[in-house]
Parts: sequence; structure tokens; C-alpha cells
Amino acid sequence: MAAKVPVLNREIRVRDWRVFYRIAKDRIFTFTIVLLAILMVVPLLVILYHIYIKGLGSLGFDLIFGLPKPPGEKGGGVLNSIIGSFYLVGIASVFSVPIGIATGIYLSERKDSFLAKSVAEFMSTMLGIPSIIVGVIVYCWLVIPLKGFSALAGGIALGLMMIPVIVKSTEETLNLVPESLREASYALGVPYHRTVLKVLLPSALPGIVSGILVAVMRVLGETAPLLFTAFGNQFLNLNLLKPIDALPLRIYVYATSPYREWHEIAWGAAFLLVILVFLINILTRVVSSRWRVQF
Amino acid sequence: MEGKSGDLAFRTGITLSSGLTFLLVVGMFFTLLYFSLPALERFGPSLIFLTSWDPLSEKFGILPFIIGTLITSILALAISFPFSLSIGLFLAEYYRGTKVSHVIGAATEVLAGIPSVVYGLWGLTFLVPIMRDLAIYLGRTPYGVGIATSVFVLILMIVPFSASLIREVISLVPSDLKEAAYSLGATRYEVVRHVILPYTKTGIIAGTLLSFGRAMGETMAVTMLIGNVNHIPSDLFGPANTMASVIANEFQESSGMTFSSLVFVGLVLFLMTFMINLFGRHVLSRIGISKELDKF
Repeated sequence: MAAKVPVLNREIRVRDWRVFYRIAKDRIFTFTIVLLAILMVVPLLVILYHIYIKGLGSLGFDLIFGLPKPPGEKGGGVLNSIIGSFYLVGIASVFSVPIGIATGIYLSERKDSFLAKSVAEFMSTMLGIPSIIVGVIVYCWLVIPLKGFSALAGGIALGLMMIPVIVKSTEETLNLVPESLREASYALGVPYHRTVLKVLLPSALPGIVSGILVAVMRVLGETAPLLFTAFGNQFLNLNLLKPIDALPLRIYVYATSPYREWHEIAWGAAFLLVILVFLINILTRVVSSRWRVQF
Repeated sequence: MEGKSGDLAFRTGITLSSGLTFLLVVGMFFTLLYFSLPALERFGPSLIFLTSWDPLSEKFGILPFIIGTLITSILALAISFPFSLSIGLFLAEYYRGTKVSHVIGAATEVLAGIPSVVYGLWGLTFLVPIMRDLAIYLGRTPYGVGIATSVFVLILMIVPFSASLIREVISLVPSDLKEAAYSLGATRYEVVRHVILPYTKTGIIAGTLLSFGRAMGETMAVTMLIGNVNHIPSDLFGPANTMASVIANEFQESSGMTFSSLVFVGLVLFLMTFMINLFGRHVLSRIGISKELDKF
């Protein structure tokens, strides 16, 4: 009997050591995860802080309601760029929203057709195509034939980037609408197109609207597709066939300029842009959470 | 009767518009091909292999840009991966559902929405001076702008995107699998190592691939920070050019062969990112993550 005790003891010690090793490994791993996460989150928060501090510092009445001034002169604003950005998003929406929704309906109604399958595949991959390429393509499509940069070309470029987002969200939301709604509508003798337009589409509206908002959010900050299409303009312009300014374009031009005053304005404009994107983000959340048709 | 003709009009309408969407995408590809034909006919495939780009003496080798793109995006991806994985694990496993996790999750979403040009502005204002000092300290030429600077900003831009993809993939791991492992006495590390990572391997690889595609196509921030020099980069702290940044820089005032060669650069970039996205999204949608992707 007495001989067994030390053996047992040794066993316990061995297990102790293994458990200790496993626990130590676990602790070290947890520590590494938390450390790496913090190491990366800190610079990201620093960026947010910088945008806030630098942006708020140069934001003022003049920045929002003034027009650009020549280098060296104090003051000046980005009113033309703010209006231009909204104008471009407007042009983009006018053509991408109807096409996007109609295509989304087609994808959800005719799931098995060849066209629907290939368009669905295209739309997913389109989301990851570099935006600068859209700029190059629209340059070839519109700027060369029209012999000049224009607001129209810029709007089309942004619209091309909005279409996949709208198509996807329309399709996905329509797929969530229960079949019973459609059947009830058919049973009442409502024709097919009225069923889709007056029954299915309204039930899917919140999803579609938030899809459109996400699309707008994506293109509002885009610079690359506008470089060779909308081109930028230091004056206020509302002519479709003339170059037009946009907030991101103005930030790019001012940030890469050698003038200190312009850098300040770039920060103010960047702050405005981030706030705009952020507001649309919140609006999207509100739309998709509050205004929801329950099934 | 009215219903019938309305139906017909409606069906034609939606079919036509998806036909139009189809044509738009196919048209985009053929546009790139068509406008790069003059350069392709004149120089042939040597365009891809020539190492110098000098429009004045009609030399249009795009290899420097391909290498620049690959170096910046692979470096950014390799460095950001451990961080993205950590944040993903942090949010979806270690601190799941806690306040910290919500705050960081919201912050990453806001950061993912910040336009690229703003990252570029930030880099020019805050990062370039730091990199200049660092280069002086290391005894290199202090350009300030260059590959290292672009990689740094690219990392910051990719992490929110890939971390939220990884988080989404990890949160899909069924809890009974994890509970089974815990009930056998596994530590948290062992659960991560032997349950979560094997289960999510495909998803994480596909998510990383999508981040790679994004890094390759990233234009504005890189254009502002890489220094724009058209030769094969030899120094990590020195300037270079990527496919996207050379287009952003030189396309506007280009004409003739330069224009055509730049469109060709676009075509190569288009094909590379198209393939990566096709593959990555295919894998991700097969394991049930497609909704999350559309946010970006």
C-alpha cells in the first residue's frame, strides 16, 4: 500500500505539468489576440480622431458656403463640390435605380434562366472591380465621343457602380417575400405584373431603399471613377455637358497641392464627406430596422 | 385583356433591363479590349514583360506596375492578416456580445465607410513625415512617400474589411461543436486551434482573397502615397507605381499609344481582380455569406 502513494503523486505531478502547459499556452494565445487587436484598433481610432480634430478645426461657414479661391488667398470653400457631389449622385440614381430594380425583379422572378444566372454572377463580381477601371471605361464611352469631360459622364460612372448593389439588394429582399402573398394576389384575380408591382414590390420596399442608400454611400466617396469623367471644376456648374466638381475630387486636388491653406480646406471637406457617409449609414440602419414589413 | 398586355409589357421591361445590365458588363470588358488593341497589335505580349515604361521613347512595359501592385498588396495582406484574424476572433469569439465588441464592431464599420481619398489625405499629413524620419533613422533616402507608406495605409484600409468578413465567418461556427470540445476539457486555445480554425478555413481564405482583390484595385490612397515612379521598385522605402496609380496619374493627359497601353493596364487589372473576386465570392456564397459582402 505504501508503495503506491509516490506513484500516484508522480502521476498527479505529470498531469499538473501538462495542464499547466496547456493553460499557459491558452493564456499566451489570448494575450496575443487581445494585443494584436488593440495594436490595430488604436491606429484606426487615431485616424478617426485626426479626421475629427483636423476637420472640425477647419470647418466653418465659409467652407460650406464659399467657392474655391486662388492659392495664397485666405478662405474659400467647397460649395461647388458639395452641390456637384449631390448632382452627380442624382444623375447616377436617375439611371441606376430603375435599371437596378427592374434587373433585381428579373433575377428574383426568373431565377433559372441563363440570363438571370449570368447577370447574378456578374453583379457579384462587379462589386469588387476597381473603381478606376469604371472611370477608364466611361471615358471611352462618353468622354471621347462627346469630346470633353462632363457631369453626365461622371454620373454614369457612379451609376455603373451603384447598379450591382441595387440589383443584389432588390433580388435578395424579393426572395424573402413569402409565396403566400403572391398566391393570395393571384387568387383574387390580380394580373401578374400588378401582383409584382403592387404586392411584392411594396413589401420589399424597405430592403430596396436601404440597398439604394448603401449604393449612394459607396459612390459618394469615390474619387477614382470621376478623375477622367467629371474631371473637377473650380466653379459652380450645373450644365450636364460641362466638367463638374465633387467633394472627393476637391479633397484629392487640394491634398496633393503644395499650399497649406488648401490642405486645411481638404481636411474640412474630408470631415464633411465622412459625416455625410456616416449619416447615410445611420439612415440605412434606421430604414432596415424600423421600417420593416413583418411576415 | 388589359392584364395580358400589361403583363407582356412588364415582362419585356424587366427582361430588357437585365439584358441591358448584361450588355453593360460584357461591354465594359470589350471596351477595355477594343481600346487596348492598338498597343497590343503594335507591341504584342511583350507589353507585359518589358521592364521599362517611357512614353517619350515609346517603351510601354507594364511589368513595373504589375510588380508594384503585387508587392504592395501582398505585403499589406501578409502583415494585416494576423491583425484581422485577431480582431475577428476578438469580436466573434473572445468578447462576443460584450460592449467592447459592439464599440469596436461599430468603429470598424465606420472605418470601412471612410473614402479612400481621406485615407490618402491622412497619410500625406501624418504618415509621410513619420516615414521620412524613419528612413533617415535607418539611413535610407528620405522620400517619405513610397511602397512602405502605401503598404501601411493599405493595411489600415484592409483590416476593417477583412476583420468583419472573418468575424462573420467565425460567428457561423455551430456552438454545439465548440461546446463538445469544451466539455472534453479543451482550453479556449485548443477550441480555436482544433475546432474554429479548421471549420472556418475555407471562409477565411476566401475572405482574404477578396481583401487581396481590394488591395490590388485600391487607387486613390496609393496614388497619393506611392510616389509615382515608373521603374521596377528596388527599395521598400522608395517610390514606385501600381497599375491603378499609373492609370490615375497618367491617363488624363495621355493619347495615342500611351492611352492604349494604359487601357491595357486597366484590362490586366480588370482580369486579375475579376478572377480573384469570382473565386472568392463563389466560395463565400457557398458557405452562406453573401449578405455581409454587399455592405462593402
